[in-house]
Amino acid sequence: MPKIIKRKQLAPKIVHIDIQAPDVARTVQPGQFVILRLHEQGERIPLTVADFSRQAGTISIIFQEVGKTTIDLGAMKEQDNIHNLLGPLGQPTHIAKLGTVVCVGGGVGTASMHPITRAFKEAGNKVISIIGGRNKEFIIWEKEIGAISDQLIITTDDGSYGVKGLVTKPLEEMIRRQEKIDLVVAIGPVIMMKAVSHLTKSCGIKTMVSLNPIMLDGTGMCGVCRVSVNNETKFACFHGPDFDGHLVDFDLLMKRLGTYKTEEKISIEKCERCENASH
Amino acid sequence: MPAINPKQVSMSKQQPAERARNFKEVALGYTKEEAILEAKRCLGCKKPFCVEGCPVSVDIPQFIASVMEGDFNGALQIIKSKNSLPGVCGRVCPQEDQCEKVCILGRKNEPVSIGRLERAVADFGKIGIPVKRETNGIKVAVVGAGPAGLTIAGDLAGMGYQVTVFEALHKPGGVLVYGIPEFRLPKIIVEQEVEYIKTLGVELKLDQLIGRTFTLDELKKYGYRAIFVASGAGFPKFMNIPGENLNGVYSANEFLTRVNLMKAYCFPEYDTPIKAAKKVAVVGGGNVAMDSARTALRLGAEKVYNVYRRSRKEMPARLEEVENAIEEGIAMEFLVNPLRIMDDGNGWVKGLECIRMELGACDESGRCRPIPLKSSEFILEVDQVIMAIGTSANPLISATTPDLKTNKWGYLEADENTGQTAKEGVFAGGDIVTGSATVISAMGAARKSAQAIDQYLKKLK
Ligand SMILES: Cc1cc2nc3c(=O)[nH]c(=O)nc-3n(C[C@H](O)[C@H](O)[C@H](O)COP(=O)(O)OP(=O)(O)OC[C@H]3O[C@@H](n4cnc5c(N)ncnc54)[C@H](O)[C@@H]3O)c2cc1C
Ligand SMILES: Cc1cc2nc3c(=O)[nH]c(=O)nc-3n(C[C@H](O)[C@H](O)[C@H](O)COP(=O)(O)OP(=O)(O)OC[C@H]3O[C@@H](n4cnc5c(N)ncnc54)[C@H](O)[C@@H]3O)c2cc1C
Ligand code: FES
Repeated sequence: MPKIIKRKQLAPKIVHIDIQAPDVARTVQPGQFVILRLHEQGERIPLTVADFSRQAGTISIIFQEVGKTTIDLGAMKEQDNIHNLLGPLGQPTHIAKLGTVVCVGGGVGTASMHPITRAFKEAGNKVISIIGGRNKEFIIWEKEIGAISDQLIITTDDGSYGVKGLVTKPLEEMIRRQEKIDLVVAIGPVIMMKAVSHLTKSCGIKTMVSLNPIMLDGTGMCGVCRVSVNNETKFACFHGPDFDGHLVDFDLLMKRLGTYKTEEKISIEKCERCENASH
Repeated sequence: MPAINPKQVSMSKQQPAERARNFKEVALGYTKEEAILEAKRCLGCKKPFCVEGCPVSVDIPQFIASVMEGDFNGALQIIKSKNSLPGVCGRVCPQEDQCEKVCILGRKNEPVSIGRLERAVADFGKIGIPVKRETNGIKVAVVGAGPAGLTIAGDLAGMGYQVTVFEALHKPGGVLVYGIPEFRLPKIIVEQEVEYIKTLGVELKLDQLIGRTFTLDELKKYGYRAIFVASGAGFPKFMNIPGENLNGVYSANEFLTRVNLMKAYCFPEYDTPIKAAKKVAVVGGGNVAMDSARTALRLGAEKVYNVYRRSRKEMPARLEEVENAIEEGIAMEFLVNPLRIMDDGNGWVKGLECIRMELGACDESGRCRPIPLKSSEFILEVDQVIMAIGTSANPLISATTPDLKTNKWGYLEADENTGQTAKEGVFAGGDIVTGSATVISAMGAARKSAQAIDQYLKKLK
């Protein structure tokens, strides 16, 4: 069984775990994810592979505790086993030498961005990373992202660290200064990916986003993960999760993410540990 | 000899009103006595048409003769020599299109209830624990643990091969565990079949998506001398009508997987949720539609419509399940086709706009084309829509294996008698080759391929 070999708290409710999962570590590519399930009654949830070591056979997952399953996962300790782990899933991110690539990460999306950033750098691009969080405490993986970027810009909503404002602010300035940008990659909350895509669309800078709809099997079998791209329905687990941000219907994605709001609350209320954790 | 009863011995079922609100099995099966009585109706034909009607040629008169004598163990031996999943097939085969359709008795009276007898044999018969064969050390990989994959794994292990089944989901069984509901096929029966196959020495590897975790070429590299692809046809289709991405629209696969595989009907004891709706429309006319409609009812829906564009006669679903559904109160809307799904203004389903159809010209097979009737649009007020209009092949394996060939629908090209694909050492069978079909046809293809793989591997040596 896949075993947690390392657990580290990165920020309040943001946890980093390393999992022994040689089959996944062997072939995983930037942009791919896994689906895991913690126990017999558990839900299957998708999480991005934020880093991997082919040699050690391990993968890193960085997740935010937002509901029942992620809180359960956060409560697990080193040496605990993950009941089920399936992957790698999804199409790998298309990596190429393009020139200058700006990688924008918001919240835990910063970690999901990590292997993509590294791959663009290794492919010979100039990589500018913009990472953002609510405040200083929520800036994660600054060192890791810094090490693989030509330039690193940090933003916080409250200005407690780096530039005060949202991640779109420095991007907007770069665009205003007419800096040459060949590709923007944005990963984070839907609202952030929408804002970035909106900004770059007006000036025609190609933008890729990684979508995070609700998933179930993660293999193309159920269709719950459908998103609308260029008015065509796509299965994010199968055709994605990367899509052209200028063509994505973000409002639909946000609505669909709200499908189980009522049930998510019930799930948390039922679970004592979750109650404690949510204080 | 007393005259033969023109009617089948009836099988007891849970009462419709009661069963429509629980997930327990609907059909309770024959008692031993009832089975023996029904068996006595068999004429024991010298040239039995029923055997020809069975896709895997079970020796039907012979097993029925054993039942007649009360020898359920003997009967099970006879069935198992051709069909490794009698407990499943007795419950889900479309017997009315196969063995029972050609039963001589059926010309004037009701045919022998072969399906119910098969189920009784599986219920009461016992087979000794199989002796695990010494393996010959030759590794064979099977992709997918549905009926086709489980069958071939059992067959090849019985011949001494070292078989590993790679399954994408966290539970083996394929459609039998994620699609067909508990009330029609209790999961314990599938589990028993899986256990049986394990005792034969088959290794099951779950959570392995072939094409991602390993490609077929990698499996070959890791020493699997032959591969059987049995990945099914599990890619859901939608109608491409407006409103299909609204909240409250499900593919049947999603709906059924939540309920069956993830046990969402036990939410919040189980973590996976499902929306219980008040009024539901299920689109489609096959087993999948019937299963979805009846599941929606059991989740507490007040009203469930089944919307089908042809008439009852054309429904591909098993006869018994259509009858069960109607008894349970599913409202059948025949000759009706959906046009669009309506938004309540907040992104949720509010209704299904439909149009009435009539049947036009028929093709050679007698299937008639439905044509819309002008100005017959109407609205079904529903808050949930389940699309059960079919599935296609998941393209992952063909896309990651360049030398496999597919037909124009994306199904794998494979020889009808051997399952041999365009790629050396790779065989395929079941829904991934034929498109959505039946449990028994998937199993039949697997059986044939087991022989072909054995011959292929013997030649290699
Ligand atoms: C491809 C992909 C990669 C992802 N990578 C990461 C990651 O690296 N780190 C991270 O913290 N989160 C990631 N997510 C989001 C993560 O899957 C959800 O936060 C998680 O499923 C929530 O489950 P829960 O039971 O804890 O919370 P719930 O209470 O079930 O849900 C909280 C919120 O999460 C969303 N959600 C619920 N169920 C799912 C589901 N099955 N799939 C997706 N979203 C769901 C809903 O919008 C919901 O409002 C990813 C999602 C996708 C689709
Ligand atoms: C709701 C429903 C009701 C039905 N009712 C009936 C009925 O009453 N009678 C009847 O005869 N037939 C019925 N059918 C049809 C029948 O179930 C199928 O024809 C049969 O299951 C096909 O068997 P299979 O082994 O080819 O594929 P499946 O049963 O589909 O199994 C394929 C397996 O392969 C796995 N898989 C897929 N891709 C990969 C991959 N890349 N790597 C690893 N594993 C993979 C899947 O997860 C699955 O477990 C029904 C189908 C459905 C959906
Ligand atoms: S999660 Fe089921 S098809 Fe994508």
